[in-house]
Amino acid sequence: MKRRSFLNTIAATALAAGGMTATGAIAQDQSYTIGVAIPSATHGFMGGLNFHAQDTIKRLEATYPQLTFVLATAGDAGTMVNDIEDMVATRNIDALVVLPFESAPLTSPVQAVADAGIWVTVVDRGLSVEGIEDLYVAGDNTGFGRVAGEYFAETLSEGDKIVVLRGIPTTLDNERVDAFSAAIEGSGVEVLDMQHGNWNRDDAFNVMQDYLSRFPEIDAVWAADDDMAIGALEAIAQAGRSEEMWVVGGAGMKEIIARMMENDPQLPVNVTYPPAQISTAIELTALGLVSSTPVSGRFIIGSQLITPENAEQFYFPDSPF
Amino acid sequence: MTKTATSPATRASPTVNLHVLGPVLALLLLIALGAWLNPNFLSYGNVTNVLARSAFIGIIAVGMTFVITAGGIDLSVGAMAAFVAGLMILAMNSLIPIMGVGIPVILAGMAVAMVAGFIAGWLNGFLVAKVGIEAFIVTLGSMGIYRSLVTWIADGGTLSLNFDLRTLYRPVYYDGILGVAWPIIVFAAVAILGEILMRRTAFGRHCAAIGANEQVARYSAVNVDRVRIATFVLLGMLVGLATIMYVPRLGSASGSTGVLWELEAIAAVIIGGTVLKGGFGRVWGTVIGVLILSLIGNILNLASLVSPYLNGTIQGVIVILAVVLQREKKAAGAR
Repeated sequence: MKRRSFLNTIAATALAAGGMTATGAIAQDQSYTIGVAIPSATHGFMGGLNFHAQDTIKRLEATYPQLTFVLATAGDAGTMVNDIEDMVATRNIDALVVLPFESAPLTSPVQAVADAGIWVTVVDRGLSVEGIEDLYVAGDNTGFGRVAGEYFAETLSEGDKIVVLRGIPTTLDNERVDAFSAAIEGSGVEVLDMQHGNWNRDDAFNVMQDYLSRFPEIDAVWAADDDMAIGALEAIAQAGRSEEMWVVGGAGMKEIIARMMENDPQLPVNVTYPPAQISTAIELTALGLVSSTPVSGRFIIGSQLITPENAEQFYFPDSPF
Repeated sequence: MTKTATSPATRASPTVNLHVLGPVLALLLLIALGAWLNPNFLSYGNVTNVLARSAFIGIIAVGMTFVITAGGIDLSVGAMAAFVAGLMILAMNSLIPIMGVGIPVILAGMAVAMVAGFIAGWLNGFLVAKVGIEAFIVTLGSMGIYRSLVTWIADGGTLSLNFDLRTLYRPVYYDGILGVAWPIIVFAAVAILGEILMRRTAFGRHCAAIGANEQVARYSAVNVDRVRIATFVLLGMLVGLATIMYVPRLGSASGSTGVLWELEAIAAVIIGGTVLKGGFGRVWGTVIGVLILSLIGNILNLASLVSPYLNGTIQGVIVILAVVLQREKKAAGAR
């Protein structure tokens, strides 16, 4: 993402510089500046999110000439706070779209932005205090776990054995795992173990290898993330047990979706948690500024079950994720 | 301190043995614990898994032993491994249209990895030895550079090796000779050569001399700058070698490849008995340290003794204990 964003930043800076001078002259034409603050592309999902953010900004700038966008990507919460302060102080933003790096440290800086009368859209991770944002757009973590859990409960029969790979220990991971556990409760499916694979291919590979040494019978794996699914699949292949179990990942990585489109028996389904939710947030924010369409409130993007039949709709070959 | 020098040799040798055996005892205890907790622990499959996954950190840690012995440190190895892996995948993918899918492309990729490791190590060494910046700062800087470069060349996503080439390259991680996987063979060879280099050559003694006292080494006609650069170059090339073994495993590299490898390698070196301040290094101890670190994770996965949230705590306690035991024995030996 960095490669694209480097050029885009130059373009955006040039545009913004042009926009700044133009703002004074044609203020009556109602031009707006929207600030977008997101974490930098440090892993697959965020890479996809960065791609969709830039893609959407490019499209909206072409559609609405009166809109200017300021995009900032930050590697940590502190940098993100600085970025937001700079946007307010020097770029005169009319609206802020922010995916908080962490909830707590970003809460009061974003509150200050809202208090200044600027429209605030919060994406994916909520702030610690409720009611600050005008619009909240997020994926459905509970649904993410529940949809996967329901598939396991329906497909497997009583006494079947599964293993689970968890993400980095966070609230988000807990919500998903709790919903998954609730969905399979009563189905008689036995969870052999749940260990953290940290949403990382290598860690998932190691944990899966150890599961395979430890359990002679495994019927299915909930990898809960497509990066972890790739690591787990490789470990299963190494053990020569590919026929024995299937794997359900999550978030719809393009490599996985491509394999599903070819009806890979090891990957029966997937569950969405779209990185393109940033597009929803930017689009709605822009729509609210340029028209009288009401856009305040909460917009939760449902987690859908991807099957080989509908996989094509979820395949984005250009996205890095 | 003068008493130390005159203490009888008969008393010194058993204490030295105990001190040296500290990490080995810890390793044996862990193996016994693992075997007791899970009957599959000593199975061929599990032993191969643990040794093969130790190989990346292990190969790097052998190089790190030389850098630390010479009084340096290298924080950039994890990021460097990710960057080299990224470059290697890019190079191999772009060579396919010219050379076709075949062994020459893989050999070219391996050459890219070794050359990239050489250059990256040399840059670190040059900045430390010739420009005179602290190794900690130089490699902290290069860590950030390589980490962001790999994210950049991967365009924020994951670089994946061409599928057909991957199938051809895969045996380098998964196959071996007589049931011993290639990564284990390479790790063993690196460890044995490293041990010889440290114990039996002028280079090994020069590393220890520089780490113990740079001024004295300089006055003793040791070419301090050259030896110091050589330690970083050696480490860089071993990072390249580790990458050659890593890429066939999952066939991909991303910004999250090799995260915290540098700390695992440094921890393994210190557990093995090398002095963090430099002046003394023990390559075979590093190998024991690497095995201890991978066994802890393996046993926790095999047994689920504690909440997975506490895995880090167990690892931390064992690392500190291993070093504490060893230091107490060392102090006793010195008294």
